[in-house]
Amino acid sequence: MNRLNQLFKNTSKPILSIYYTAGYPALESTLDIAEKLEQAGADFIEIGFPYSDPLADGPVIQNSSQKALENGMTLHVLFEQLKDLRKRVTIPVLLMGYVNPVLQFGVENFCKACAEAGVDGVIVPDLPMYEYEEMYKDYFIDNNLTNIFLVTPQTSEERIRKIDGLSNGFIYLLSSNSTTGKSTGISGDSETYFSRIQSMNLENPTMIGFGISDSTSFNKAAQYTRGAIVGSAFVKFLDTENALNQIPQFISEIRG
Amino acid sequence: MKYQVNEKGYYGDFGGAYIPEMLYPNIEHLRQQYLEIMQERQFQKEFQQLLKDYVGRPSPLFFAERLSEKYGTTIYLKREDLNHTGAHKINNTVGQILLAERLGKKRIIAETGAGQHGVATATVCALKGLECVVYMGEVDIERQAPNVARMKMMGAKVIPATSGSKTLKDATNEAMRDWINNPVDTHYIIGSVVGPHPYPDMVARFQSVISEETRKQLKEKTGSETPDHVLACVGGGSNAMGMFYHFLDDVDVNLIAIEAAGKGVESGESAATTLLGKEGVLHGSRSILMQTADGQVVEPYSISAGLDYPGIGPQHAHLFKVKRAKYVSITDDEAMQAGLLCARLEGIIPAIESAHAFAYLEKMKFSGNETVVICLSGRGDKDLDTYMRYFDL
Repeated sequence: MNRLNQLFKNTSKPILSIYYTAGYPALESTLDIAEKLEQAGADFIEIGFPYSDPLADGPVIQNSSQKALENGMTLHVLFEQLKDLRKRVTIPVLLMGYVNPVLQFGVENFCKACAEAGVDGVIVPDLPMYEYEEMYKDYFIDNNLTNIFLVTPQTSEERIRKIDGLSNGFIYLLSSNSTTGKSTGISGDSETYFSRIQSMNLENPTMIGFGISDSTSFNKAAQYTRGAIVGSAFVKFLDTENALNQIPQFISEIRG
Repeated sequence: MKYQVNEKGYYGDFGGAYIPEMLYPNIEHLRQQYLEIMQERQFQKEFQQLLKDYVGRPSPLFFAERLSEKYGTTIYLKREDLNHTGAHKINNTVGQILLAERLGKKRIIAETGAGQHGVATATVCALKGLECVVYMGEVDIERQAPNVARMKMMGAKVIPATSGSKTLKDATNEAMRDWINNPVDTHYIIGSVVGPHPYPDMVARFQSVISEETRKQLKEKTGSETPDHVLACVGGGSNAMGMFYHFLDDVDVNLIAIEAAGKGVESGESAATTLLGKEGVLHGSRSILMQTADGQVVEPYSISAGLDYPGIGPQHAHLFKVKRAKYVSITDDEAMQAGLLCARLEGIIPAIESAHAFAYLEKMKFSGNETVVICLSGRGDKDLDTYMRYFDL
């Protein structure tokens, strides 16, 4: 059982996860942000590794990815930085990004590097289920890594069941079918869909992401699932002056 | 059939559908429906009728006498430049708009580089009365103003892609983002044999009319359905795939795909994907693409906006890897000279994309009387400014 499974087992309050892009705003800010987030009370974090063509992302994360690449961030640089991860951070950490950099790094090498760094799981939205199952699943299992799948309002029940069977951490529910940072808040339609998922009694816990930007949307999400993920809103906040020292305030405002 | 897609969506090691879950229902729906719809009698009837009466097919196979004389062989030109809207792109958009109607879609999106696919999409949307949104790189909007005007005149909304390098690959990203945000009412008409399965196969099938006609026309003109050599330019690779399609299983036919070397393969300003690229995933399929060691997509360059793409379709990657087709490259300068030569010898101004295919004639050695077919994928009207400036005409 890894840190992520422990977290879901031992926590009763709503779980808050924060996404940000490695190497943004500065190349060296990756671990400083992680440390501050833990101190401020985030339950786990998702560190994005940047890609030149992030087609599921809206302008905020596109911009942070581009800046991070300009700053010199690569997977090799990131894994160098993450050598100190477990000296500074104890909460679960996931890496999130697109499949092509992972393929170039080598999927097996990537999984090993994650394990060595103390990373608990991975979210690769454009790695299809079929390829994961047929080609890569064993690398994840051998390295005790959780692979997180996304579910949208359009995902069929049959497919959700299959995803549930392949998952061993949590299932990432998108509040709407959209790119990141597109919508804010949770609509009535979304609530109907969350209820539908809730009534499926899945094996895995669920978390809601996309459109979570304040305490209203966070607490609404937590009514239906174990908690929620804040991405674009936090990345946008990192652009403000003295952001690093304001992180505790950002987190407490989200929790409300 | 061994060069065609398998039931999992792969051509050998290439293809698949590397898409986020947000696109899965749309792609899956399309995958389940496309073959069935394309084989319906009514669909085929409408498709063939439009190709004939609207596009102006069959496009002629023209014996290029003076070019033949110059190179000492028999050269035929497949005149896709004579299609309505001036290029092969419309074969695919006519097919996909009929498909979109049957899928119940009300809104069409497309990406475009030089604007040829955007114009071909705007055209069929006007024909069918469907809303049309075309994504085009901000840089391309500036350098292809006449095509932007054509799209607008036909009622399309042209949205500049302002991310990344602001060219074709970014326009494609923006179109995919639009589709993610509008999953129910929208169909995405991809313009080349790229993207997640089933797009490469679907687009190749719509474009395969090019080689289907060529076989019949060759039979009439030469007594044989097959030529010795088939030449076509490759950006994403839709005209080449259409031109190769019905010759793939005739192993004696020498298939040659011509990529854009830009200012030279080693210059750092090139779009010669098979030479400079490595296997990877771009725009939803596993193929060959130009990228850094870290897997970041490299910005390509070619004087021709239609070849200015960092990848090739997965079927091309497969044909390259198993060596069924030969992939070569031609520089900007060689292509421009070939374009001028074609204009002077045949009275035909080719698109700069197509001129890359013509330029390869210079590098071939012909023994006796071999038959060559070149896909003249588009006309050069859109490139007049570039030609004028280049030759100081």
